[in-house]
Amino acid sequence: MSDVTQDGPVLAADGTPLKKSLARALRVEKLRALALIAPLLIFVLVSFIIPIGSMLFRSVENQIVGNTLPNTVARLNAWEADDDALPPEPVFEAMYYDMFNAAEAKRHTRLGSRLNYEASGMSSLFRQSGRKLDDLGKDYLKDMRAINAGWGQAGPWYELMSGGEGAEADRDFSKLAVGRISRLEETVLKPAEAFAPSVEIVALLPKTAEAYTSFAVYEGLVEGRDVATRKPWETVYPALVQDLKAADVSGFTGAGADMLKELAGNIGQFEAPNFTQVMAEVDDDWSNPETWSLIKAHSGKYTNGYFLNAIDMQRTPDGAEMQPENKRVLLTLFKRTLYMSLAITGMCVLLAYPVAWILANLPARSANMLMILVLLPFWTSLLVRTSAWKVMLQQQGVINDVLVWLGFLADDDRLIIINNATGTIIAMTHILLPFMILPMYSVMQTIQPTYLRAAKSLGATNWTAFWRVYFPQSVPGIGAGSILVFILAIGYYITPEIVGGTKGVFISNRIAYHISSSLNWGLAAALGTILLAVVLVLYWAYDKIVGIDNVKLG
Amino acid sequence: MAKTHDEDAFVAFERVQKSYDGETLVVKDLNLTLPKGEFLTMLGPSGSGKTTCLMMLAGFETATHGEIKIDGVSINNIPPHKRGIGMVFQNYALFPHMTIAENLAFPLEVRKIGKSDREAKVKRALDMVEMGNFGGRRPAQLSGGQQQRVALARALVFEPELVLMDEPLGALDKQLREKMQFEITHLAHELGITTVYVTHDQTEALTMSDRVAVFDDGRIQQIAPPDELYENPQNSFVAQFIGENNTLQGVVKKISGNACIVQLDSGEEIDAMPVNVNKVGDRTTVSIRPERVEFDKSRLHADAHTLKAEVLEFIYMGDIFRTRLRVAGNDEFIIKTRNAPDQVRLKPGQQIEIGWLPEDCRALDA
Repeated sequence: MSDVTQDGPVLAADGTPLKKSLARALRVEKLRALALIAPLLIFVLVSFIIPIGSMLFRSVENQIVGNTLPNTVARLNAWEADDDALPPEPVFEAMYYDMFNAAEAKRHTRLGSRLNYEASGMSSLFRQSGRKLDDLGKDYLKDMRAINAGWGQAGPWYELMSGGEGAEADRDFSKLAVGRISRLEETVLKPAEAFAPSVEIVALLPKTAEAYTSFAVYEGLVEGRDVATRKPWETVYPALVQDLKAADVSGFTGAGADMLKELAGNIGQFEAPNFTQVMAEVDDDWSNPETWSLIKAHSGKYTNGYFLNAIDMQRTPDGAEMQPENKRVLLTLFKRTLYMSLAITGMCVLLAYPVAWILANLPARSANMLMILVLLPFWTSLLVRTSAWKVMLQQQGVINDVLVWLGFLADDDRLIIINNATGTIIAMTHILLPFMILPMYSVMQTIQPTYLRAAKSLGATNWTAFWRVYFPQSVPGIGAGSILVFILAIGYYITPEIVGGTKGVFISNRIAYHISSSLNWGLAAALGTILLAVVLVLYWAYDKIVGIDNVKLG
Repeated sequence: MAKTHDEDAFVAFERVQKSYDGETLVVKDLNLTLPKGEFLTMLGPSGSGKTTCLMMLAGFETATHGEIKIDGVSINNIPPHKRGIGMVFQNYALFPHMTIAENLAFPLEVRKIGKSDREAKVKRALDMVEMGNFGGRRPAQLSGGQQQRVALARALVFEPELVLMDEPLGALDKQLREKMQFEITHLAHELGITTVYVTHDQTEALTMSDRVAVFDDGRIQQIAPPDELYENPQNSFVAQFIGENNTLQGVVKKISGNACIVQLDSGEEIDAMPVNVNKVGDRTTVSIRPERVEFDKSRLHADAHTLKAEVLEFIYMGDIFRTRLRVAGNDEFIIKTRNAPDQVRLKPGQQIEIGWLPEDCRALDA
C-alpha cells in the first residue's frame, strides 16, 4: 500500500520509494523473461550480429600490408610518393628484411594477392621476389665460411647471439620480434618462451640481432623447433656485414668473440650490401617508382580502397579517382540490381493483388486449397524451380515451342527470354510471388466486406467502391509485400546466376565471385556493406513517405 | 398478415423467396408492404431470414423468386448503388482511412455534388447527430456511440427516402442503446423517412417501431403494432418471443365463441380465449403473461377456474416482485407483481391459488 508524503516520492508500506519497490518486484519477472529469450539472443548475436560486424570491418581493414612489411611501411611514411623517383636506400633495406621474413613464413604471396586487387602484376612480383631473396645472403655466407666454418653452423651462431651461459638477455628486444611475427602469422605468440639475444649483442650488432631474433622466434614459437640446432636464415649475413662495417668489436669479450673479431678483421673484403640494387636484380619492378607509390598508398591500417573499388573508383597517391573506362562494371551492376528489383517488385504487386483478393474473399475451404497452390513453390527446391525456368524459357524451350507451334513466331525468330534481364525478371517474379501474396492476403482478410457494401449503399459504383474504399485499406499489405520482395530481390543470387546470363546478373553474383573465386573479401565486404546501406536508406525513405507503422504482415 | 397489394405501399415484397443452396428456402413466400414514413422492425431469432430480407432490399442479395418494389417500380435488377437507399451496418462500417467529414462527404462526392454544397450538407448532418465538432477525427478515435451517430448521419446525409438498419445498436452498452433508440426513432419521424430496422432484441423492437414483423423459419409470423403484438400474439412462437410468458400444455375441452375451457395435461381445467384452436379435442399451448396472473381471489370472477400453486422462490427486483411457482407440474411458472405499499410478498413454501381473466389467457397452437 502506498502513502503520499507531502513533498517527496510516493512511498511503499515499508518506507522505500514506490518506484524502487516496484522495480524490485518486477526484477524477477524481467530476469525470467530474459532467460527465456536468451537462447535466441545468443543465437542471433553469434549467427547474425557478429558475422555482419566482421563483414563490415573487413571492408575497411587493411592490416595485412603493415603486418607483413612492418619496417618498410614505417620508412615509406617518411617518403613523399613520387612517380619519378625511387624511395631512399633504407626503404629498400627494410623491404629486403621484411620480405625475406614474410617469405620464410610464406605470407608474402597473400600480400601479393591483396595488392594485386589494386594493380595487376603485384601477385607475381611478390611470389617471384620471395624466391630470389636468398642469393644475397648465400654469397656472403660463402665468403664468411672461408674465414671460419662456424659461420655456416647453428651452434656458434646461437652461442654468439645468446651471449652464452649467464649473459643478460634483452627481453624487450625479443618482445618486439615476437610482436612482429605474431602479426605476420595472425596468431598470438607468448614472448616468455621466445629466444632473447644478449643485451651486449643487441648493442653491438643491432641489425644482426634483429635478423637472428626474427628467425629464432619463428623457428622456436611457430615451428616449435630447438633454435640452438637450426642454421639461421640468410638475412643474418648481410646484416652482420652492415653491423661490422659500423661497429667496433675490439672490446667484445662474450661468447664467440674470437670468431667475430676474426671476421671483423677481414671485413674490408666484404662489400656493404646495396639493397636498391639487390631488389632491382630480383625484379625490375622494384626499380619502378609506381610499385612503391602503390604500396605506400595502401599501407594504412584501414583503407577506403575497397569502397572506392566498389563504386568503380581507385585509390591513388594523389587521392581517389575514377577507374579506367574499361574496368568500370560495379556501378552499372548496382544500378541494374536496383531497377530490376523494382521491376520485379512491381510485377509481383500486379500479379499478387488479384490472387490475394480472391484468396481473401473465397470461403475458407476453397481459400485453403488455393493457399496450398500458392505455397507449393515453397516446398520445391529453389534450384529446381529456377532450372525449370531454364527449360521453359530457352530458345528451344516450352514457351518458344508453343508460340512457334501456334504460329505467333517464325521458327528462325524465336524470342530470347533467357540469359538476359527478361529471364531474371520472369523467374524471380515467380519465385518471390508468395512473399507478396501472403502479406497482402493477411491484410485483405481483415478488410470486412461490409466496407464495400457500405460504399455501394452510399452510391459508389463497383470501381469507386474498390478504389476509394478497398484499395486504400489494402495499401499496408502492398507496402509490406513490396518491402519484403524488394529486399529479398536486391540480394538474390542463385536465380540471376542461373538464368541471368551476363546481362541479367545482380551485384550479389559479383559478391559471390569475389568471395569464392577472386578471394577479394575486402571488396566483397564493401559491396555487401553498400548493399546493406542502400536497403537501409530505402527503408528509411519508405518510413518517411509511407510510414512503417502502415506496414502489416497480418 | 399484411395485404399483398396496397395502393399507398412505398416498399413492397411480393411473393419473395430466397435460397442460397438450391435445397432449402431461407425466406419462404414473403409478402410485406410499407407505407411511406413508417418505421418497421424485422424481429426474429438468428437464422430466421430477417437479415436476408434486408440485404435483398438493399440489393446485396438477389431474390430467388418474387419481386421487390419501391414506389411501385421493381428494383430486382437495379444494382445497389443506384437504389438510393441509406444503410446503417451492424459494425458501422465507417471507412477507417477517412476522417468523419470525408466519410460523410463520400456519398455526396459519388453523386457529384459541388464542394460548397457538400460541405454544407455534411455540416448539417453532423449537427443533426450532435457530432459537429468531430469532422476532422478518424473513426478509430471515436467511441462506439459516437461512431454509431456518424454511421447514422452518413446514411442520412444524401437524403434517402428509405433507410435500412441492420442491428445498429448491437455493440453498444445498455444505457447508450436506450438513448440511441430514442434518438433514432425521433430522427426518423422528424425527417419523415421510411425505415426498415432489423434486430433480435424484442425490447428494441417494441419501443422503436410503428409496426413489428416477427420472423421465424423464413416466414413472417405476425406483423402488428407493438401493443397488439404483445397483448394479442397470434401464435405460440410470437407469444414466446415477445416479452416474458408462462405456457401450459393441454387439450380444448369446451369452446364457445370468445371463451373456452382447456384441460391441462395434469388434469386441472382453466379458462382461456381461443386464438388458433377451432374445435374440442385440439391440443393447445396456453399462454399467460406473468403480470396478468392473480392470486388475490377477490379480483377474479366468482366462477373463474383457479389452480393450486406452491411458491418456490421470491425475487425482489426493485420496481417489481418476481415470484416463481410450481403450477400443474411446471416449475418455471412466473408471476410479477408491482412493488406497491399494500402488495403481498409471498414466501417460499406458501400454498396459494392462482387465476386470471379468460381474455388474458390465450389458447394458441400446440
